[in-house]
Amino acid sequence: MAVLQMQKISICALKKQRKAVLEYLQSIGIMEMTQEMEEDAAFEKMDTVSLRVSFEKAAGTADQALEILQQYVPKKTSMLSSLAGKDLVGNGDLKKIISRREEIYRAATRIVKENKEIADHKANIIRIENSMEGLKPWLKLDVPMNYPGTKKTSILIGTMPGDLSMENLYGILAECAPDITGADIEIIYKDRDTTYLTILCLSEEETRVEEALRQNGFAKPSHIVTKVPLKKKESYEKQIEQLNKMIEEIKERIVAADTYREDIRLLSDYYRVRADKYEVLGTLPQTKNTFLVTGYVPKEAFQKARGILENRYGCVVDAEEISEEEEPPVLLQNNKFSESAEPILESYALPKKGEIDPTTVMSFFYVFFFGLMLSDAAYGAIISIACFVLLKKFPRMGPMRKSIRLFFWCGLSTLFWGIMFGGYFGDVINVVSKTFFGHEVGIRAAWFVPLNDPMRLLIYSMAFGTIHLLVGLGIKGYMEIKDKKYLDAVCDVGIWYVFLIGLLLLLIPSDIFASIAGAQIVFPPAVNLLAKIMAIGGALGLLLMSGRSSKNFGLRIALGAYDIYNVTGWLSDVLSYSRLLALGLATGVIASVVNQMGSMFGDGILGAVGFILVFIVGHTLNLAINLLGAYVHTNRLQYVEFFGKFYEGGGRAFHPFKANTKYVDFKEETNQ
Amino acid sequence: MSELGIVYALLGAALAVLLAGAGSAIGVGIAGQAASGVVTEDPSKFAKVLIMQLLPGTQGIYGLLVGFITLSKIGLIGGGAANLDPKTGLMILAACLPIGIVGLISGKYQGMTSAAAIGIVAKKPDQFGKAMLFPAMVETYAILALLISIIAVTGIQI
Repeated sequence: MAVLQMQKISICALKKQRKAVLEYLQSIGIMEMTQEMEEDAAFEKMDTVSLRVSFEKAAGTADQALEILQQYVPKKTSMLSSLAGKDLVGNGDLKKIISRREEIYRAATRIVKENKEIADHKANIIRIENSMEGLKPWLKLDVPMNYPGTKKTSILIGTMPGDLSMENLYGILAECAPDITGADIEIIYKDRDTTYLTILCLSEEETRVEEALRQNGFAKPSHIVTKVPLKKKESYEKQIEQLNKMIEEIKERIVAADTYREDIRLLSDYYRVRADKYEVLGTLPQTKNTFLVTGYVPKEAFQKARGILENRYGCVVDAEEISEEEEPPVLLQNNKFSESAEPILESYALPKKGEIDPTTVMSFFYVFFFGLMLSDAAYGAIISIACFVLLKKFPRMGPMRKSIRLFFWCGLSTLFWGIMFGGYFGDVINVVSKTFFGHEVGIRAAWFVPLNDPMRLLIYSMAFGTIHLLVGLGIKGYMEIKDKKYLDAVCDVGIWYVFLIGLLLLLIPSDIFASIAGAQIVFPPAVNLLAKIMAIGGALGLLLMSGRSSKNFGLRIALGAYDIYNVTGWLSDVLSYSRLLALGLATGVIASVVNQMGSMFGDGILGAVGFILVFIVGHTLNLAINLLGAYVHTNRLQYVEFFGKFYEGGGRAFHPFKANTKYVDFKEETNQ
Repeated sequence: MSELGIVYALLGAALAVLLAGAGSAIGVGIAGQAASGVVTEDPSKFAKVLIMQLLPGTQGIYGLLVGFITLSKIGLIGGGAANLDPKTGLMILAACLPIGIVGLISGKYQGMTSAAAIGIVAKKPDQFGKAMLFPAMVETYAILALLISIIAVTGIQI
């Protein structure tokens, strides 16, 4: 339950050490850089942009090469492998990569280049195929398309619009050039709106024949092939074949380069980390012989690093406390259980300066409410076992680890509530024993069955909710006391406690409560009197004190009255916890609907098969939907009802300068 | 005329399921359109927008819940239909109305809120927790209606 205390540090060292110092800081990853360039002529910055860009480009090339490799040599990645996290790479391996970096980089560039060649070849193939398509109508032509004819005869090759027959064509000739000796027309190919033809005629009459045809839309082909079309097609085919062969060869080379895959992954990360380092390097204020690094570090974690910096690198480290107006970045630290709820808090907001970290308190309520909403022992066991297996199988899981662990605990809580309410896949034991074995048996609920007595669970839900809300209000009081605002703590929190507890004590013996709970609770008269005093006293206190910031007495009373009106907000907040009941019932009821449907096949082998099918599909769906519901509504209860009482948030997350890798983690150098 | 009791009761169960279910169908449909738009641009947000899309789906479940409780109460599942007089039948019908009607309306509006929240996820994926909250606010009223329906149905004496 803590926000780690931050310190602002400045490290000053000799310029020749700067890369070593930065590398060390990057490898331990506990410092957030905040370079404030002081307006001072003594300091200057180093221009590292071009180097940084070249490293980023190298990392980009390596990434591209990896993508290409994945395309040609697909390595199967299962759904779960994204949980596996990054592999750990030791110093030795990294050194080897660094010494071979030229070679690996060349391999990566070659892969990228070869992929481009493939793309070029493929574009060529498409172009040739297009030409072949254009050649298709002329394939029956057995002379080249620019064939000049013989000594006495000429040949006209071209197209006419429309679907024309021989009669049409001879008709056209007879009509427009009646005096020619003769012509031999041959239709080579026809499609819907063009006729491809050759006309053989006497050379001296060529112009007249052509003129006659031209009037009717004759046109010479736009693209002339100087070979016999069929031969040309064969040569095109040969070209394509050759290109395809080349593509295959290049593909083989790329596949062969797959041996470099791991190296390229490392190289990509190596350049990425270096680019980061140079980015920081470019922001450091430097003098001729020294340089300065400033930033935030968590106080405790820094103690060891400080010694190393001072002794090994001869740095001068100056640590100062955070000043009033500064907003340091926020890093949370919690015990192993509560730590798993940190992502929930982070997705709301990190505590702002001066606020306490509510994760620890929240984590217990979170797990408690989650289990109550899902409340099925079998579902809980499934979730816990699945999460446990994942955690064991992937010990190097990334940021998901905390969430998976949270669900492990939530599963245990679900198991607990399932046993309390007698839910094991709903009522599967009763249904199976009745359908297949003839007499009904079942596990009795350790506490009670909510469906038989929803009012009872409703009252408990609201009671849990009231506790949750009062704890939230208590934290507000704690924060105010910590800030030494004692009057605020008494007025904003203390009086509310008195007022609310008074109201509760008034409510419990009332008829309304009795009709809901089904039992009249009678307090001794002294308690009743105390309740009245507390409620009225609390209301008076709120009326007088809530508007204390206002000087005007009338306004102050009005503000106080408005604050009393907030009691309706409390009512709606408490009612909101009825979702614990609603979602808990939903799980159980849908589970029993599934079981009922399954049992409709009757007994016997077929019945059993049908039951198992319905059981698997139905319960998977039910688990998925209710898991989502429990997650969303547990979050809501924390965010709206609980945080609404005390928590504002708005802190900035801590982003240390570290090795931001994509594929592997570099082992921290601890032993040097 | 006394046979009409069971008809009214069944009508109540049917209304609870069909109105709330229709509300969820509308809501999930609206949110699904927005979700599809986001996934065309950025397939990696699939899981997040899917969760958002499913949020308005709970009304249908609540309707089913009330329908099921009603059916088992009037004995249509698990043996022998009870002999209801029209008054009891109408009472059960009335008890089913809150989740039916509120489910229909809140389902639609939760769907629209989800679609807007999907817009948040598209632009600022890190604000997922907050984005999820807005649709969950709408659902509160479906839960309150569910509560009254359950209390009323279980409270009616047959």
